[in-house]
Amino acid sequence: MTTESETWPSTQSARRPWVDELQQWLTTVDHKRIGILYVLFAILFLVVGGIEASLIRIQLIRADHDFLAPQTFNQLFTLHGTTMIFFVAMPLMFGFANYLVPLMIGARDMAFPRLNAFSLWLTVLGGFLLYYSLVGGYGLYGVGSAPDVGWFAYAPLTSKTFSPGHSTDYWTLSLLIAGFGSIATAINIITTVFCLRCPGMTLGRMPLFVWLSLAMAMLAILAIGPLTAAQAMLMVDRYLGGHFFDTQAGGSAVLWMHFFWVFGHPEVYVLVIPAFGFASEIIPVFSRKAIFGYPIMVAATLAIAFVSISVWAHHMFTVGMTPAGNTFFVLSTMAIAVPTGIKIFNWLATMWGGRIEFRTPMLFCVGFLFQFLLAGLTGVMLASAPFNWQLGGSYFVVAHFHYVIVGAILFCAFAAFYYWFPKVTGRMLSESLGKLHFWLLVIGFHLTFDTMHVPGLLGMPRRIYTYEAGRGWEGWNAVVTVGAAIQAVAIGIFVINLVRAAFKGPKAGNDPWDAWTLEWSTTSPPPEYNFATLPVVRSRRPLWDLKHPEDPDWKYE
Amino acid sequence: MTHLAGTLEIEPTTLPSKGKVGMLTLIAAESAIFVIFVIAYLFYLGKSLSGPTTAILRPPIFFTVCLLSSSFTVHLAVAALRGGRRVPFLGWWALTFTLGALFLIGTGLEWKHLIGEGLTIRANLFGTTYYSLVGLHALHVLVGLLLLGAVTLFALVRRVGQAQAEQVDVISLYWHFVDAVWVVVFTVVYVVGR
Repeated sequence: MTTESETWPSTQSARRPWVDELQQWLTTVDHKRIGILYVLFAILFLVVGGIEASLIRIQLIRADHDFLAPQTFNQLFTLHGTTMIFFVAMPLMFGFANYLVPLMIGARDMAFPRLNAFSLWLTVLGGFLLYYSLVGGYGLYGVGSAPDVGWFAYAPLTSKTFSPGHSTDYWTLSLLIAGFGSIATAINIITTVFCLRCPGMTLGRMPLFVWLSLAMAMLAILAIGPLTAAQAMLMVDRYLGGHFFDTQAGGSAVLWMHFFWVFGHPEVYVLVIPAFGFASEIIPVFSRKAIFGYPIMVAATLAIAFVSISVWAHHMFTVGMTPAGNTFFVLSTMAIAVPTGIKIFNWLATMWGGRIEFRTPMLFCVGFLFQFLLAGLTGVMLASAPFNWQLGGSYFVVAHFHYVIVGAILFCAFAAFYYWFPKVTGRMLSESLGKLHFWLLVIGFHLTFDTMHVPGLLGMPRRIYTYEAGRGWEGWNAVVTVGAAIQAVAIGIFVINLVRAAFKGPKAGNDPWDAWTLEWSTTSPPPEYNFATLPVVRSRRPLWDLKHPEDPDWKYE
Repeated sequence: MTHLAGTLEIEPTTLPSKGKVGMLTLIAAESAIFVIFVIAYLFYLGKSLSGPTTAILRPPIFFTVCLLSSSFTVHLAVAALRGGRRVPFLGWWALTFTLGALFLIGTGLEWKHLIGEGLTIRANLFGTTYYSLVGLHALHVLVGLLLLGAVTLFALVRRVGQAQAEQVDVISLYWHFVDAVWVVVFTVVYVVGR
């Protein structure tokens, strides 16, 4: 392959005034710009959510600390959870899917570009509505400001009696609106994958990231509906005087838990499946081998998506269910470990015997493999109902799910940043800052979240704003907070790296990693129409075929 | 860099229409929402502590027949449009709209009767779940009527022809969904739940 890059006169024209540029960004329907806006929005809220986490950790650094008021503490963990799930992780995954799916399948845009822009702005509105509650949540009663009901907002905490004012209403509306945006994006992704693939791009030749985005979108379609319905019911209760979750009138608080977790557990997989997608693209490229067991990877993903719909009540073992209910949810939860284990072995088998290059994206993927395995192991432990009765609602659970969300999902997201940043901006991120970011984050992560298991095992409950001395929790909590500070430094280095590289990074060229999927066949950044002529594909690695005409993949597939 | 252009012969593939896949996906998402409301209705059956019970419900047989038959008329309308027969299309389409509007009037009359019996959304659990489930469906009928009405207006000014059959078919898919949901809601509320 020759490395000369094409020039696109229309996009390389003279600089426009910044107002025009801003107007172009705000009114864009281009999937790439929408993807970038999603990701920038996610980074903004990652910093906000991170500050909230830091405040929480400062409060818990020692016993009987009075850095935060109890009410403020409740508001902070509610905002932290809601922000990180709905306004960091979701927009991050949707942003990457938006940017990459059309490029990877050789399409010029998503199926419904205007709907796509609408979804983005709904998500943004949802995010700002949540934070508007800080100033606008006082309502008629003069009490309450930011929502303080926890990110799963159990009834009857959300009833008018316990949540007067409008803070809970902002929370509900925010998630309802962001949920509509997410459903619309999921519709868009599914339609794009089914209807806009370039010639030769059969389902069996799609890059794994596209397959996993498809699975993520399908799961989002099924999972977000229940959340939307439950929020609508909560609004009926709060505004129209309904009784869905009103225990005084015979309503059931447990029903809310079911509805929330029917959404809440698949949601974890909505977030982690695209993360698997990143790993499935990055690990082969830096191992210089095709992915091991492509069909099995697809099957395992669909199996995970399918089984994840029937595991929600493992969040509710401590509530008390029938023995039959407990048994079912124990078994279904443990069953998820099987397809997940298959995936881990496939990634390892991809690396096995490969010529591994430890560039920054690959480092993050290796960190992911190791940490995701550990997170899965504590997951299997918590899946056992008797173990869960002991530790559900303790810091052990907090440590477990942060291990998944930070150790697996966020690490993969960082791998994706380092891997695709050159495509998006045309410039390389600094390797040395990247490695510093990685190692600091690994150290901070393990200090925080390995240690956090221990106070959980020693009986420290979740969501307490302080604790008394002499329970043996102080030392562990101090270490957790130190780790959080190191992670904050790592994230700071990442942001500096992003900003620096966006202006001063070395030019990347079209294909800096010598990769195999279609997005690397166009310029960096790609022109608005992606491909001047629609590509034609004959195998899972079209660029390999192009670079190695003497030994193309399609002879073997 | 050389393009991945069509230098090699590739078997032509036909991909499904965007509109249909998009609408079917939307229907899947909407179904998930309805399932939750149906579960809430069934879960709370007979759990009201006071107030009216399901005994006061009168099955809206006539209006149900109206709504269900509108699935046939909308199908005939789309078939007529595909064949380029404009006037039959307009006739069937307008009839669909009328049947849908009749159904909505029926829902209104029924609610008037129930409110007269003392059943409001805040009366008890039955009221809350009943009005939410039936109301959610009525909301979907209303959205469907807006879509049907918009197409009718465009058709009257001759902007809907054979070329638009695909788009009109997508709207008819939504309408079929609204009907199918009513079969479920009717069964749950008036057959199983009474």
